[in-house]
Amino acid sequence: MSSNLATESTVAGAIGQSPKRIEDDRFIRGKGNYVDDVQLPGMLFMAIYRSPFAHATINSIDCSRALAMPGVLACITGKDLEAHKLAWMPTLAGDTQAVLATDKVRFQGQEVVAIIAKSQAQAVDAIEGIDVDYDPLPVVVDPKRALEADAPVIRSDLEGKTDNHIFTWESGDADATDRAFRDADIVISLDTLYPRIHPAPMETCGCVSDYNKATGKMTVHLTSQAPHAHRTLFALVAGLPEHKIRIISPDVGGGFGNKVPIYPGYVVATAASLLIGKPVKWIESRSENLISTGFARDYHMSGELAATKDGKMLGLRANVLADHGAFNAQAAPTKWPAGFFNIATGSYDLPAAYCKVEGVYTNKAPGGVAYRCSFRVTEAAYLIERLVDNLAHKTGIDAAELRKLNFIQPEQFPYRSPMGWEYDSGDYDKAMDIALELVEYKALRKEQAEKRERGEVMGIGFSSFTEIVGAGMSKICDIAGLAMIDSAELRIHPTGKGVLKLGVQSQGQGHETTFAQIVASELGIPSTDIVVEHGDTDHTPYGLGTYASRSTPTGGAATAIVARKLREKGRQIAAHMLECAPDDLEFDSGTFSVKGSPDRTKTIQECIFKAYQPELPEGMENGFEDVTYYDAPEMTYPFGTYICVVDVDKGTGEVKVRKFVAVDDCGTRINPMIVDGQIHGGLTQGFGTAMMELISFDEDGNCFGSNFMDYLIPTAVESPHWTLGECTTPSPHHPIGAKGIGESPTVGSPQAFVNAVVDALTPFGITNIDMPLSSHKVWKALRDAGVSDD
Amino acid sequence: MSSKAQITVTLNGEEHEALIEPRTLLVQLIRETLHETGTHIGCDTSSCGACTVLLDGRPVKSCTILAVQANGRQVKTVEGLETADGLHPVQQGFKEEHGLQCGYCTPGMMMTSVALLEENPDPSEDEIRKAISGNLCRCTGYVNIIKAVQYAAKQQQGVGA
Repeated sequence: MSSNLATESTVAGAIGQSPKRIEDDRFIRGKGNYVDDVQLPGMLFMAIYRSPFAHATINSIDCSRALAMPGVLACITGKDLEAHKLAWMPTLAGDTQAVLATDKVRFQGQEVVAIIAKSQAQAVDAIEGIDVDYDPLPVVVDPKRALEADAPVIRSDLEGKTDNHIFTWESGDADATDRAFRDADIVISLDTLYPRIHPAPMETCGCVSDYNKATGKMTVHLTSQAPHAHRTLFALVAGLPEHKIRIISPDVGGGFGNKVPIYPGYVVATAASLLIGKPVKWIESRSENLISTGFARDYHMSGELAATKDGKMLGLRANVLADHGAFNAQAAPTKWPAGFFNIATGSYDLPAAYCKVEGVYTNKAPGGVAYRCSFRVTEAAYLIERLVDNLAHKTGIDAAELRKLNFIQPEQFPYRSPMGWEYDSGDYDKAMDIALELVEYKALRKEQAEKRERGEVMGIGFSSFTEIVGAGMSKICDIAGLAMIDSAELRIHPTGKGVLKLGVQSQGQGHETTFAQIVASELGIPSTDIVVEHGDTDHTPYGLGTYASRSTPTGGAATAIVARKLREKGRQIAAHMLECAPDDLEFDSGTFSVKGSPDRTKTIQECIFKAYQPELPEGMENGFEDVTYYDAPEMTYPFGTYICVVDVDKGTGEVKVRKFVAVDDCGTRINPMIVDGQIHGGLTQGFGTAMMELISFDEDGNCFGSNFMDYLIPTAVESPHWTLGECTTPSPHHPIGAKGIGESPTVGSPQAFVNAVVDALTPFGITNIDMPLSSHKVWKALRDAGVSDD
Repeated sequence: MSSKAQITVTLNGEEHEALIEPRTLLVQLIRETLHETGTHIGCDTSSCGACTVLLDGRPVKSCTILAVQANGRQVKTVEGLETADGLHPVQQGFKEEHGLQCGYCTPGMMMTSVALLEENPDPSEDEIRKAISGNLCRCTGYVNIIKAVQYAAKQQQGVGA
């Protein structure tokens, strides 16, 4: 740690305190400002006609009936966009994606025609007036089928493309791993699908694009998790000069990765505003959100774990088929086609590991976004934790003991994993011990044994995950060539109150509260004296945005450092006023005092006021502001142990989560109230993933799960109770020792639910059920095992 | 589509007249015609409850009610909760108990909670969970929303005592 000050400050709102959230004052009054709340004079509305087919050739598009309908001003097709070189756009993964389809449609719900009308209703009405003549083509929904030699080639637009293969990516040492498997007493194998799900934030995606002909400036109010990166991409894609683009991402109603990519709707609405010269609003419906914007997961995984008969893990091997849909629109750092899937060795000191991921095209919506996840760490954490629990069942070693036997030990940090990651810090036994105590583990296993005697079905599932967050590290992480840095600009006004401007962007994380707390600790002024601004590219410094739990690791670090720079300026001024050397001053909670003369003091506020007055130290400029761009030296590695207890109804297959203990270690906790809130929400999303959520397709590529009656997310009734515990192992390289928390619970929890259900069903020989664990699926497994009747 | 309907709706105590297309939804009237944007839209199947408002004191999903059905009636939205005496106890509860994160579901969630407490001033946790089960939240896991409603219940009972 380069400073202990942060966690010791007694200033109001400092790190470790839980002040109430600043942003709530507007939200509880209905005064938030979300994109759909933006109403501009003369604003037009856009609706999108989408393909009913998953795969078809477009013979012709006739918009004449739509154009004759009331209020309709324009119908924009891919051909119209071709004239402006905008029919196709690059994806974050370096592929291309149709903005509006010209030659073919490649998934159900694909954008074909954009209608501009005077009202939202008129635009939507006119969808009925679009006539497209299609020739349906054979559909590929199964990624295994997609790789067969005679499979229809989906991306015929790509020159020379003769198959549906996107990439093959390998990591680790295949030979060493083979040797480990040869030496093993036991090999556990698991074929599992981490199914296609959707982040489904409560606010869908949308924009209001507002081109000002007089100034040539394009202002886009956008549901964006990365407004600066989006500005640059708009400049690169649309050829607009970047200084004439302003992205305003106002209040965002949840993102969870869904609002990282650029979607065709944004591009068309922006082009329409440019051509028509009026503001154009486009807001997706929920159905459009679920069928067309960034899905998550869809990883078909085959994992193998090699171990000795005593339970010592020797090697991990993973082969993955990654279904990316019709365009490779995965959101991940450019150099990482399978994200950080190679974090797959998790919390365990595995000597050898190897993974291979193949990406394929299918006739499904594009995506592969990092849903509350650092780029495929979720799938990786699921695979290893499922394998470890199955190894426990196979060896008869208790699942907690088996983990402890294989955990990376505290003295091994910084720890280099066999696939190349350098873990910063950890104490996995400690998190496990706290969790075991909270859940009253011994009593639970006793109860389980007794229940089994009586024929009742109860299970206990573990997940001891290690996360990788904070991308981070420009030497390995960029998006479209942009280093994944982030920034903070701090300006304190003469009276000691000021503004912090961030490159990251909140979608509910509470940055306006927590980032002011970092300033409070580092600079010693109360957190309520700092206003945090973010989301407006004209008024904030450059950054790559908020996803993958990167805000605190990157923007939080930048905030601490910029506050320290100003603290040092304050120290120079204080020394000047107190006529001592700067090194003779101590700083505590906002006050400089002369060592040995505690009555000789200057407050930071006095120093700040002085910064705007004459007679500063020789050579010092007036003002009290600075900016920092932070490039993380390494990722951060939060971790935890989760334990889930379930009761299963043999007759119906219903799973009841009786207890769920979550012990998280995210390093320093800035605002414990907000950290707990993030964990509650992430665990509930993990519960939804494990138990309810699914986007599936029939053989014709029709999408199921296209609305909130079919795509079920947890309500208050079925959401479990959570018991939280914590431990704190600061990150040694982060300025305040924080690691990030947002995604740990979604990454860590799904496998705990599944492990609990599999643990419950182990006596019946059941070793796997793929998510979501619906009652029907669990009942079927029991029936197939001869336990339940038809 | 050309014939329009003339309606009179009282929104948060203020009477408004509006000439609207008969198919206009109540949520559209509130947001687009009367420009109170605190009431949100989160789905197209009446599933999420982000648009919940009180119609003559009862919670309704305003995406599922035609504006003409509100003719001559009282509509209360999130903007109508705060009075000259200050925040409504439910609003206080949501802030004090960290009952919101992105804030998108919050107005609807609060209106449902207000209606619950009108009917049942001292609800159990199960009763709260059932009452808000038509309101989806993707951020909080509902834990602190339940605490917020309990906080408000206590506040209201304290005031009444």
